[in-house]
Amino acid sequence: MTGQNGTPLLSVQGAKTYYGKIIALKGVDVDVHQGEIVTLIGANGAGKSTLMMTICGNPRAREGRILFEGRDITQMPTHEIARLRIAQSPEGRRIFPRMTVLENLQMGAALDKLAHFDEDVERMFTLFPRLKERVAQRGGTLSGGEQQMLAIARALMARPKLLMLDEPSLGLAPLIVKQIFDVIGELNRTEGLTVFLVEQNAYHALKLAHRGYVLVNGLVTMSGTGKELLQKPEIRAAYLEGGAH
Amino acid sequence: MSETLTMTRDAPMPWENRPVLKVEHVFMRFGGLIAVNDLSFSVGRGDITALIGPNGAGKTTVFNCITGFYKPTQGMLRLEHADGSTFLLERMPDFKISAKAKVARTFQNIRLFSGMTLLENLLVAQHNTLMLASGMTILGVLGLPGYRNAERKAVEKAKYWLEKTGLTARADDPAGDLPYGAQRRLEIARAMCTEPELLCLDEPAAGLNPRESAELNALLLGIRETEKTSILLIEHDMSVVMEISDHVIVLEYGTKIADGSPTEVRNDPRVIAAYLGVDDEEVEVVEETLDEIIEGAAT
Amino acid sequence: MADAIAKRHGPDMSAAVKDALLSGLIALGLFGPLVGLRTEQNMRNELVVQGRWGLLASVIGVIVVGRFLLLTLVWPAMAARKERAGPASETPSAVRQAVSRWFAPTSLVFLFLYPVIIVSLLGFQGSLKWVDNFGIQILIYVMLGWGLNIVVGLAGLLDLGYVAFYAVGAYSYALLSSHFGLSFWILLPMAGIFAALWGILLGFPVLRLRGDYLAIVTLAFGEIIRLVLINWRELTNGSSGISSIPKITLFGIKFDASPDGFAKIMDLPISSAYYKIFLYYLILLLALLTAFVTIRLRKLPVGRAWEALREDEIACRSLGINTTNTKLTAFALGAMFAGFAGSFFAARQGFVSPESFTFMESAIIVAIVVLGGMGSMVGVALAAVAMIGGTELLRELAFLKTIFGDNFNPDQFRMLIFGLAMVGIMIWKPRGFVSSREPTIFLAERKTISGSLVKEGHG
Repeated sequence: MTGQNGTPLLSVQGAKTYYGKIIALKGVDVDVHQGEIVTLIGANGAGKSTLMMTICGNPRAREGRILFEGRDITQMPTHEIARLRIAQSPEGRRIFPRMTVLENLQMGAALDKLAHFDEDVERMFTLFPRLKERVAQRGGTLSGGEQQMLAIARALMARPKLLMLDEPSLGLAPLIVKQIFDVIGELNRTEGLTVFLVEQNAYHALKLAHRGYVLVNGLVTMSGTGKELLQKPEIRAAYLEGGAH
Repeated sequence: MSETLTMTRDAPMPWENRPVLKVEHVFMRFGGLIAVNDLSFSVGRGDITALIGPNGAGKTTVFNCITGFYKPTQGMLRLEHADGSTFLLERMPDFKISAKAKVARTFQNIRLFSGMTLLENLLVAQHNTLMLASGMTILGVLGLPGYRNAERKAVEKAKYWLEKTGLTARADDPAGDLPYGAQRRLEIARAMCTEPELLCLDEPAAGLNPRESAELNALLLGIRETEKTSILLIEHDMSVVMEISDHVIVLEYGTKIADGSPTEVRNDPRVIAAYLGVDDEEVEVVEETLDEIIEGAAT
Repeated sequence: MADAIAKRHGPDMSAAVKDALLSGLIALGLFGPLVGLRTEQNMRNELVVQGRWGLLASVIGVIVVGRFLLLTLVWPAMAARKERAGPASETPSAVRQAVSRWFAPTSLVFLFLYPVIIVSLLGFQGSLKWVDNFGIQILIYVMLGWGLNIVVGLAGLLDLGYVAFYAVGAYSYALLSSHFGLSFWILLPMAGIFAALWGILLGFPVLRLRGDYLAIVTLAFGEIIRLVLINWRELTNGSSGISSIPKITLFGIKFDASPDGFAKIMDLPISSAYYKIFLYYLILLLALLTAFVTIRLRKLPVGRAWEALREDEIACRSLGINTTNTKLTAFALGAMFAGFAGSFFAARQGFVSPESFTFMESAIIVAIVVLGGMGSMVGVALAAVAMIGGTELLRELAFLKTIFGDNFNPDQFRMLIFGLAMVGIMIWKPRGFVSSREPTIFLAERKTISGSLVKEGHG
């Protein structure tokens, strides 16, 4: 499928991250190639969000390296990492609650110097018509799901080279989840957007992704194409089945 | 069509018979925005009732009206206990709704006392009982035995709920250290420690993986079975909603668009268009492909 | 990979030199006019600019060399230590555990023996300064710190006007004892009750406020009380204050030179030290009462409700806790202990005036609580010792004259050193001396909770 040769866009090599004295990532290797959708699945507390935050330099990896476009970004300050066009829709949404929806989107587009602002805002509103209805409302007054949409839209406004989404489906209605996954897939197909996706909704994520990694207790235990992973019985048992169905 | 479905039914629905909560013509306006528009529904006694709908439909606003965090602009919320005592929730301050009317809730973005241990979290939930036992603190400071007995009982109850939620081993850890799924369970345990008549859960399965969702289902069914607590929940995870609920209410733009059993609601074209986005056939196709893939792997 | 780590932490000499020189340049800009130039009046009353280039050069030299050493030696060493310490030491060392276990009982014994030690070392007359300036003064602030700790540390309500309750207690004693001749032992509880009532009175209007707004209103309240004390001359005698407040008696025995005074009864030589030592034990007991009640309350529902309130107010309300009453009890109890301390203060000084109750006092008490680590009794006590003992010690800066010459006035540098020390401590320990929290109850094992999880409250 996508070109796997050459240097990956993002390469995490042996990353170890600690919270104080507690180790959260025990040496993680992950590659994301240009134009790929890569998903990271795993149980709660496995370290998925930590890996995503580590890539952004907060917390910083105490060992190992993180390369973006072949450049070592391990020790780079978070805001400079963001300037490399790595956009993130973080866990817990983290929208600006006292700014309006439009202002939130402007903040997202700041890295793009507002060059394509009108065009991109229109695109976001087609994607999330709900945000258009709320455009002048303050972020904090949106419902949980609407805030989630706003966080994703804000990340997309930066026209990122790498889009990192932490549980985009959290708290969203099934219809919207489907739309978001469709949109991610479409942006990837038409514009070659590279996506690194953390999802609890493993079935959807693996179906969408080119490749996936399974994270267990801070270690990558399995990787492969989305289809391969979907077929593995241990994945099915751990992440797809609800147990007592 | 759904309206005709519910309206023309001859026999009243089971949840209309002495409901634990009756919401009647509730409106909620924020400035020019109408978040809840003439909403009426009933929550059946001993039922698990699900409130679903697109994002921003006003589900959490309804919760906030029931639990007193908002005062509805208009309308009535009548809660009736099993013993027949009734409470008009729209007239009560939030903490009294929990203390007197016995409505407990959890929050969409978990609100635990993260710097306190699990046990402490569950004891704070029993504040009012313990406060009385401590003679409004005065007897407690003197260390009289009456309070010590009450505290022992409170700890027993906390242990019971820790056991039920599978958190006993972590009783002395701070709540903030728990993984996400366990935090959700602890929040339910904490709400249950207030011995509620009605338990309101705001997206209890959000962020849980399918296995944890299934555990949640079991926990909620257990609560209904053994504690006889009625449950009202907001949820987007259809595996939870369709499997455990007796009654589903669908909101869109603050108005009710469907109200009925899970099967009725699932097949309602308006609900599919506004919310589910896929009709059942498609769901089955997805399940089939999944099965195929797995079978392929097995052979 | 090891190579990469070494490269990351190894000092980069050329960069360090550049950085140090840049710091020197900034220092030149800053200190050039401040230190390098000085105006002196000559014989004809003219101001003449004099250059102090030698001093300027040495200041800048210290900065350049210091910055260079920090970059090349100190910080890399610290980073390396952090790296080593990282995963290895999961549990605190045995020494540390022993210290935290035995610290409180040992210091308690020391506090009770303190006057005895001082008297045996320095004699009664020599002990005066140490018992009064250090012992009593520090213990008053320990008690105030513990009292405010209930409001700020446990309930998470930032109160910047705490000194108002201290003033209420002091003036209650001063006025009631001079006008009605009531004894200290009756007025002590009354002063506490008055202060608590004022606490409730203040509590009501500010309960709805949060965070910064609460802080501003409490600050204003503190100032209002002070201004009332200044302007209500008929009652308070304005800024001249109330003097000759009766002293405290021990079951009717006075501490003076009269025939039925303490010295005569005990057949001891007349000295003011007995009264001071008596006062020392009195404030020690009052402070311990505060500690005892606070420790007890933390384990009761009301104390847990305070802490829960600090963690999450909305969750508290959803659990049926009346947050209004909970906040009021915190305000009232904190105020009550300030009232006790205030009446003691008035009796000890024999004189009160609005001067003693300025915003600076509130700020110091808040600083003690913050520096100690919010909610920690031991931390607050340590901070009171450091802050009050420290300022007292700084009075004795005369030795600096030997360094800077006789024109140097050490008193002027007291606050500067004090401020620098505060900044330093907050950088070193951003959450105070003791940032962890002890759980109030446990099932199997008492585990200390890391400070990073404990919220500070926001009003």
